[in-house]
Amino acid sequence: MKPPLLVAHDLARHYRVSRGLLRGHATVRALDGVSFALEEGRTLAVVGESGCGKSTLARAVTMIEPPTSGLLQVDGIDVAHASTPARRRLRPLVQMVFQNPYASLNPRKRIGVLLEEPLVIQGRDGARERRTRALDMMARVGLRAEHYGRYPHMFSGGQRQRIAIARALMPRPRLVVADEPLSALDVSIQAQVLNLMLDLKDELGIAYLFISHNLDVVRHIADDVLVMYLGRAVEHGSRDAIFARPIHPYTRALLAATPSLRRARRRTATTVRGEPPSPLSPPSGCAFHQRCPFAIARCTLERPAMRPVAGVTVACHRAEEILAEPAAPH
Amino acid sequence: MTATPLLEIHDLSVAFGTSSAPVIAVDRLDFAMDPGEIVGLVGESGSGKSVTALAVLGLLDFPARVHCARMWFGGRDLVALPGGERRALLGGELAMIFQDPLASLDPCYTVAHQLGEALREHGSANERRSARARRKRALELLRQVEIPDAEARLNAYPHQLSGGMAQRVMIAMALAGTPRLVIADEPTTALDVTVQAQVLDLLVRLSRERGMGLVLITHDLAVVAETAHRVVVMYAGQAVEEGPVPDIFDAPRHPYTRALLAALPERNEGRARLQALPGVVPGAHDRPPACLLAPRCPFVRARCMRDAPAFAGPPHRRARCHFPLDAEGHPGNDWASATRIEVAAT
Repeated sequence: MKPPLLVAHDLARHYRVSRGLLRGHATVRALDGVSFALEEGRTLAVVGESGCGKSTLARAVTMIEPPTSGLLQVDGIDVAHASTPARRRLRPLVQMVFQNPYASLNPRKRIGVLLEEPLVIQGRDGARERRTRALDMMARVGLRAEHYGRYPHMFSGGQRQRIAIARALMPRPRLVVADEPLSALDVSIQAQVLNLMLDLKDELGIAYLFISHNLDVVRHIADDVLVMYLGRAVEHGSRDAIFARPIHPYTRALLAATPSLRRARRRTATTVRGEPPSPLSPPSGCAFHQRCPFAIARCTLERPAMRPVAGVTVACHRAEEILAEPAAPH
Repeated sequence: MTATPLLEIHDLSVAFGTSSAPVIAVDRLDFAMDPGEIVGLVGESGSGKSVTALAVLGLLDFPARVHCARMWFGGRDLVALPGGERRALLGGELAMIFQDPLASLDPCYTVAHQLGEALREHGSANERRSARARRKRALELLRQVEIPDAEARLNAYPHQLSGGMAQRVMIAMALAGTPRLVIADEPTTALDVTVQAQVLDLLVRLSRERGMGLVLITHDLAVVAETAHRVVVMYAGQAVEEGPVPDIFDAPRHPYTRALLAALPERNEGRARLQALPGVVPGAHDRPPACLLAPRCPFVRARCMRDAPAFAGPPHRRARCHFPLDAEGHPGNDWASATRIEVAAT
């Protein structure tokens, strides 16, 4: 059997931050033990609020930063223990699209140069072949051939994100990590780019690790959903299961807080209070207990592990009891 | 419309650039709202929402050129008001909340100091005189915006506040002058979704309790659907449609509003692809001659390229379209028999 394209097991990334001149260092557990597998051609959406570790996860998965601990396997190969040439072969397989296309494209390079650069770095193709492939890719993402010699500032935000996507696809990746690829774009442009990403997935059979805080977009694009809170996974399962029957109180809170066209007026009571705690001083026990309407004494003491409940995995001591209650409608 | 409106803008235009090559930011906007009303001003970037807000506040300076026939606010014409009197309204009767709260607060001063500053200018006679009265009122204001542990927060500096907390302080500061109208420009865009819900709830509650008018500027249609009474949709500097929230969301009359709604994933359940509106918002140099949406509009006819449509319809339910859509989403006004345009091969 073929191994999954990407396996993360207990993946963690900690940062040392200075607390001032005399106070020594503190450790921020930006990513604190996350496990999942992503099969060829599937889309896994990672959702959560700022500080939940979703961008750190992207940096670990794309091999931009090595994880502090845990296992990361790409195409069956353990990245941490792979030889340098082996790792070089893995890198093209995982490519990234960043949030802000105004910052992720070098303003001094022409589009053609930007697109061919990944191929130059890998040293695989000749100049003529690179050019052909760049023009092919531009046509695929809806850019015209005359755009080849233009500079990024001559394009709108939506077009720039198309360029960024094209660049990510140039080395023929099998996984594209997209970190909030739509959030810098206007609503009507978001739809164009989302459609493009869906088309490319069908045509090329690539998998996406799609990082987003927009649950409506996630619901549209994802096969599976991983909900994160303060560096840890709290719920993981198929999109249909998570949206139809969210179990973790945080997943429920996210769904309830997401504004919807269908509700004529805001519900009067907000489901959760407060804000996500600082990752510098995470609460004891379950990281969500201070905001959780279901919290009991055990939640303040003992950190819940991810465990299977009703077809999904969820990190909550009271999952079974919560499951018995009706979910907030969404 | 019953009583005198709180705010009434006639024919507001704002342009940047030179007079020979103007960049039009707001294009002949007419707008009115009642006291206590919550109006959502929606549009994509560059649609002129924020510039409209700044023009109402009188904060636009050279190189912006503001033209406005009349701008009634609370029985006065802001356009005719001397600069000093108009400025005195700001932060008092007319307050604004900006998108990024941590950029709006001064990092060098405590919350109490910054609230005190607003109170010294706009507070009661007693508050203007006494620092003790100001501190007491500042504490009250923090409690009204539901800041936990308000007493301790008085002495906090902005960097010690989270984004949601800082936005609550900004709201408290707006309340210091007991405003009749608050303009909130993307007040929750910088916040996480669970915090956004709390801040929107707070704004709605304050508006209801105090009969305070609220203009909510946002690009997020769902936020408007949940909070506002009425919506004005802007496109490339023009108001293209206005109406009560249920009408706009259930039966939009302008093709742009319809396209915006149709592009949302929420309206595309069970569909593989979203219904995207092709093209991009026109820029300064490719502004269409007549209807601004014509190059992107699925219903475009020859007339749309020739005559600019008027902002027409019953009061408070106007749309800027020659062929406004009916309840089923079909273009009206003899659209079927209108002259088609030659499709230019590109």
